[in-house]
Amino acid sequence: MDISLQQVEYRYQVNSPFEHLALEDVSIDIPSGTYLAIIGHTGSGKSTILQHLNAILKPTKGKVIIGDQEVTNAKKQKNLKSIRKKVGIVFQFPEHQLFEETVEKDICFGPMNFGVSESEAKRRAREAILQVGLSEEILAKSPFDLSGGQMRRVAIAGVLAMEPDVIVLDEPTAGLDPRGRKEIMDMFYRLHKDRNLSTILVTHSMEDAALYADQIVVMHQGKVFKKGSPREIFQSPVGLMELGLDVPEVVRFQNKLEDTFHVKFSKTCVTLEELTEEIHRLFKKVGELT
Amino acid sequence: MTDAVVRIENVSFKYDGQSDFALNNVSLHINDGEWLAIVGHNGSGKSTMAKLLNGLQTPSEGSIQICGIELTEETVWDTRKQIGMVFQNPDNQFVGSTVQDDVAFGLENNGVPREEMVQRVKTSLEKVKMDKFLDQEPHHLSGGQKQRVAIAGVLALRPKIILLDEATSMLDPRGREEVLQTIRELKESNQMTVVSITHDLEEAAKADRIIVMNKGQLYREGTPEEIFQMDEELVELGLDIPFPVKMSKLLKSKGIPINKHYLTEEELVAQLWTSHSNK
Repeated sequence: MDISLQQVEYRYQVNSPFEHLALEDVSIDIPSGTYLAIIGHTGSGKSTILQHLNAILKPTKGKVIIGDQEVTNAKKQKNLKSIRKKVGIVFQFPEHQLFEETVEKDICFGPMNFGVSESEAKRRAREAILQVGLSEEILAKSPFDLSGGQMRRVAIAGVLAMEPDVIVLDEPTAGLDPRGRKEIMDMFYRLHKDRNLSTILVTHSMEDAALYADQIVVMHQGKVFKKGSPREIFQSPVGLMELGLDVPEVVRFQNKLEDTFHVKFSKTCVTLEELTEEIHRLFKKVGELT
Repeated sequence: MTDAVVRIENVSFKYDGQSDFALNNVSLHINDGEWLAIVGHNGSGKSTMAKLLNGLQTPSEGSIQICGIELTEETVWDTRKQIGMVFQNPDNQFVGSTVQDDVAFGLENNGVPREEMVQRVKTSLEKVKMDKFLDQEPHHLSGGQKQRVAIAGVLALRPKIILLDEATSMLDPRGREEVLQTIRELKESNQMTVVSITHDLEEAAKADRIIVMNKGQLYREGTPEEIFQMDEELVELGLDIPFPVKMSKLLKSKGIPINKHYLTEEELVAQLWTSHSNK
């Protein structure tokens, strides 16, 4: 399902003393099957964009096209439910939203709310729990007896069980240890491929953006600062750093090397392996290595 | 050992209804003025330790002394004055209706005179760069901004020890660096002791000392240099290896002359430069 934001503006609390322009002239195309990362400073508008992706917020100007539906300020919207069925959002700390007696009931809640039968919801719960790397036995347990990492996975399973076409992730690994972080990110990547999803990742982690995304949008003060592939985005790291954003460690390290050695490598490396190759080549040139 | 500000002696703790110990016979001294990083996988007992230090939970066995005071139900209010905590999620620690009220809350509770209070609120908020938001309501702030206000609330109380329980994990890189820099300065100028529970290994690499927790036990203790020599063992514990170490290893395996695993990018660049220009 294609999503497109066209000249979107969003103001919070219009006509009040607290009126605040959060998004200005934001245009982003997210063709079906894209893995898009949205990065930016705290307060840059990332979370406001996220809430437009399933019509929690409606733009104060411009339009958001989600599949065959158009969301604008003017229209009285019917059928927002069908949008929300197709676009699943995994909010920050999704485990805070667990509430049911058992894991199974919790996962079934979403699909049944959208009219799925109980038996079908249960089938989906079993499938989803395996997809997030937990075993079926956990379905009978109370979500509150689980560890933090397990609770997060259960909450994610709840979103998967709605079988969305688009999955939106808001800092999905916050608070997890490095292993947990990698497992969750790899899992989303696998789902992205296997289910042919569109994935939209809102993150502070430049490492994750570089590693998983096809496209990156950099937000700054409510506007799109830059769009492109990871390599395009990190080609000129200085601009990003001036915005107070980090660049991936590999990119930063390459920059330091290039400055010290007064050379320019053939490309912007986004993985450790690529950079090792470049350094290897550099040493080969002076005859140190063969 | 006179200058330990915290003494944890043979402490064990079990949550109600759990069969395993969340902390199992942990002994640890925290020295005056040091920056101690506590790392470990989720569920390794790091946060339990934080809760015990603040008297939110009481050890099942063993004892805890903070600045010479034995931590008991009677002394908990005195020890809490010595140890300021910043939690991961700022929403759970907001009480004021505006930013400045929130920072003032702890000071009011401690009977700080109004004039001084106004001053301290102002300086603390300046230190976390939130002084332009004095009258904003907390729920209008972003996550990172809220966290900076929460930190200001603790700074205003000028505790001897500041305990960060993954307090920077929700901040963006610049926010994180600002906060850590603030705490670093505060540590220097006020001779504060910093205990930082973190998953951020770059941050831990800058600590004076690191404790690695595993399954409720103190698994290893040492300088960052010593700890990161553990290498793949850290990965097995659910942790990670800092970037410069990973890079060093990979380069070495490709035959590029590097004599050790470097902890900082600067050292590694310098080493590469040296071996390159020696040719």
